[in-house]
Amino acid sequence: MEPLSWTGILGPVLNPIFLTAWAVFFLAALAQIILSFIPGTTNIQGNATLTATRGPGDYAMLVVKWSFAVIVATTLAYLIGGILVPGIESKGIIGAVSTRLLPVWIALVATFAFSIAYKRKLGLYGKLFDSPIGMVGFGIVMFWVFTGFCAAFDLIITHDPLTQVSGMKNKVPGTPLAGAEAGDYAYYLLGGDNLARDVFSRMIAGSWEVLKIAPFATVFAFMVGITLGLPAGYYGGRLDTFLSFLANLVLAFPVILLFYLLVTPEIVLTGIPTYMAAVLFLFPIIFLVVLFNSRFYTQPSKRNIYVAITLVVGLWIYLGIAWDADPLGIISLPGNILVVFVSVVFVNSPTVFRIVRGIVLDIRTRDYVAAGQTRGEGAWYIMLWEILPNARGPLIVDFCLRIGYTTILLGTLGFFGLGVSPESPDWGSTINDGRRLLAVFPHPALAPAIALMSLVLGLNLLADGLREESLKD
Amino acid sequence: MGLFILRRAGVMLLTALCLTFIVFFLTNLFPNLEKLAKTQGDMRMSDEQVISWLDRNGYLQPLPVKYGQWLGILPGWTLEGDDGSIAGRCISPGMDPADAPRFCGVLQGDWGDSTVFKDEVSSIIGTRLGLTGKLMFWVMVLMVPSALLVGVLAGMREGSKLDRSLSTFSIASTATPEYVSGVIFITLFASSATGLKWFKGTATSAAENATFENFFLPVLTISLYGMGYIARMTRASMTEVMTAQYIRTARLKGVSFRNIVIKHALRNALIAPFTVIMLQFPWLLNGVVIVETLFNYKGFGWTLVQAASNNDIELLLACSVVAVFVVLVTQLISDIGYVFLNPRIRIA
Repeated sequence: MEPLSWTGILGPVLNPIFLTAWAVFFLAALAQIILSFIPGTTNIQGNATLTATRGPGDYAMLVVKWSFAVIVATTLAYLIGGILVPGIESKGIIGAVSTRLLPVWIALVATFAFSIAYKRKLGLYGKLFDSPIGMVGFGIVMFWVFTGFCAAFDLIITHDPLTQVSGMKNKVPGTPLAGAEAGDYAYYLLGGDNLARDVFSRMIAGSWEVLKIAPFATVFAFMVGITLGLPAGYYGGRLDTFLSFLANLVLAFPVILLFYLLVTPEIVLTGIPTYMAAVLFLFPIIFLVVLFNSRFYTQPSKRNIYVAITLVVGLWIYLGIAWDADPLGIISLPGNILVVFVSVVFVNSPTVFRIVRGIVLDIRTRDYVAAGQTRGEGAWYIMLWEILPNARGPLIVDFCLRIGYTTILLGTLGFFGLGVSPESPDWGSTINDGRRLLAVFPHPALAPAIALMSLVLGLNLLADGLREESLKD
Repeated sequence: MGLFILRRAGVMLLTALCLTFIVFFLTNLFPNLEKLAKTQGDMRMSDEQVISWLDRNGYLQPLPVKYGQWLGILPGWTLEGDDGSIAGRCISPGMDPADAPRFCGVLQGDWGDSTVFKDEVSSIIGTRLGLTGKLMFWVMVLMVPSALLVGVLAGMREGSKLDRSLSTFSIASTATPEYVSGVIFITLFASSATGLKWFKGTATSAAENATFENFFLPVLTISLYGMGYIARMTRASMTEVMTAQYIRTARLKGVSFRNIVIKHALRNALIAPFTVIMLQFPWLLNGVVIVETLFNYKGFGWTLVQAASNNDIELLLACSVVAVFVVLVTQLISDIGYVFLNPRIRIA
């Protein structure tokens, strides 16, 4: 069988348009930046109106706009055309990948259609769809989220990410599968790596590895940071000095040294990660219990229900995750994942602590806090129900950025081969595997590298969009 | 001011002590010691042999005692062998036990010996730091001016096309960790895949003889990640300054835009980035470890990886002392420098 071309039968039509559009776009964008230093001319008309004639800079702007529209249209044509064209040979690699991602596209279109239709009723989330940057970022992030979930259900991947197929070692993208049987996917879409595994499937499966840890670790880091940062900022004094010293202590540690010391099989043996988890994972429970107690302590019946639910569910998950002693035997976390999880939370929470503390120091001087104190509200009620909701803007933005940073950290861990099994398809260790042969076969390392970059970029753009929209209030 | 520096120095010392003690504790956990014994002695040692090896080398003393010896506030251990020979922490091979000093720790300037490189830690750290210093110097030369330029150009006219394109560039560069951009650069500029073999994919030879060809890619990789952040901070502070009253006054007086930016805005806009650049050093340390591993440049970061993966306790401790020192000193410098640059702030 012939190896696949990148663009299939669409290529001869679309490729020239695509390349020309990019060339025009770059030239026009450059011209526009240079021409923007020349001010346009304005004329005052007889009827006291001001008109501006289009200068060369404005024409360059039009060209940029249109060439960009052509680029977007051609990209969509590649993706949609790839799905519609029958037969994998005529689809090409891009078309075939796009076809495999069909569930993701459907979910994305549905999310966007729903969100844009109801954007006025959805609060800050809805406002995100007013900012183009935020929308692009949200699109990229949701793309990887859906991909990750689909990968968890074996929907998109074409081959098992761990199976090695003889004769496929370091093959270039689009190589037909050697010795393919009926029912096998006939191609390695993005080629094979140095152990003859499918790069495309590994990249897709890697997105689930990130999705499993990064958001949860960030949530836990936020719980720890908020639970400690609120009293430190609100009470100040000795407590603040002590907690700030601890936070600075952790922050003064070079992250990689900490990872090298903590995330090793030897440390897992000593049980230190378990003890750290036992301490760190208590904070979410404390946070929720205090949250409900401070709000509903005047209505004991309601309070008892909320606190009881939190305690039962929380302690059940806590026993399962931290001590691996779930009485029902459903929840457990393997030791090497736990240590990664704990160290990521440990590294992130001091920064969250500092952010929360800084915001609280600012907010606690406001009038509504003084009003609450005068009414005789409890300290924790003021912290959790008066100060925290008013600090949500910067915290949400930082949350998005921090998931991105956590993704980078997880990649770093994988890159140094810490805490992951050697076969694991996560992006960091795949990049590390591929880098030895980078000068000859770049594709095994390039696919996860671009995937990781796009996810982090999406999160950054999303945070930027959120910041812009939350400042508009 | 003097009191402030003194107090900060005290906190620094306390932090350094705590951190080294944590590193000491983690490296001296029994499974780590067992690994050390097996790599130094014999892979197939039985448990009893491991214990006796550790005992002979003084690893089985209580933790605070060992830490005190490393610091040099407790006398080094000595042990009399069965044949009457005396071995000890401060007795190097071939030395008469009677001549050996009683204390040999960091305070006496003795950083111990590396078990991986079979050399004195101080000399290893010295040469490796020199190499990393060279790398960092060029990173700073490339990163700081270009980041400031990007930030100032973007912040000069908020919302302009130039601002949009430069801001997108800075977001993209902060979103690309070193191990991603390094891989992409090597693929683009140093592999046979594109055929552009402009640069070399490894920087090992740069240790003796750094040229543009073998040194540019690692420098570019580190600077790109830090650049975006500094540029965004510079942009934020520049846009803030450009909306200030005195800039409006200058415009109304008829000062040209060029002069406003260069003479009036720039100096005030560069105060905040100074702090950011100083606080960027600890982050660069991470980048250095990744990039030195990726490009196989045998500097400080590479040494840290070697020491950590082989549980080379004394080398690792020295590495962490250096790292902590860098972090704390840059914090101190950024605090003090901020006061000098911004006379509105006083430290009591």
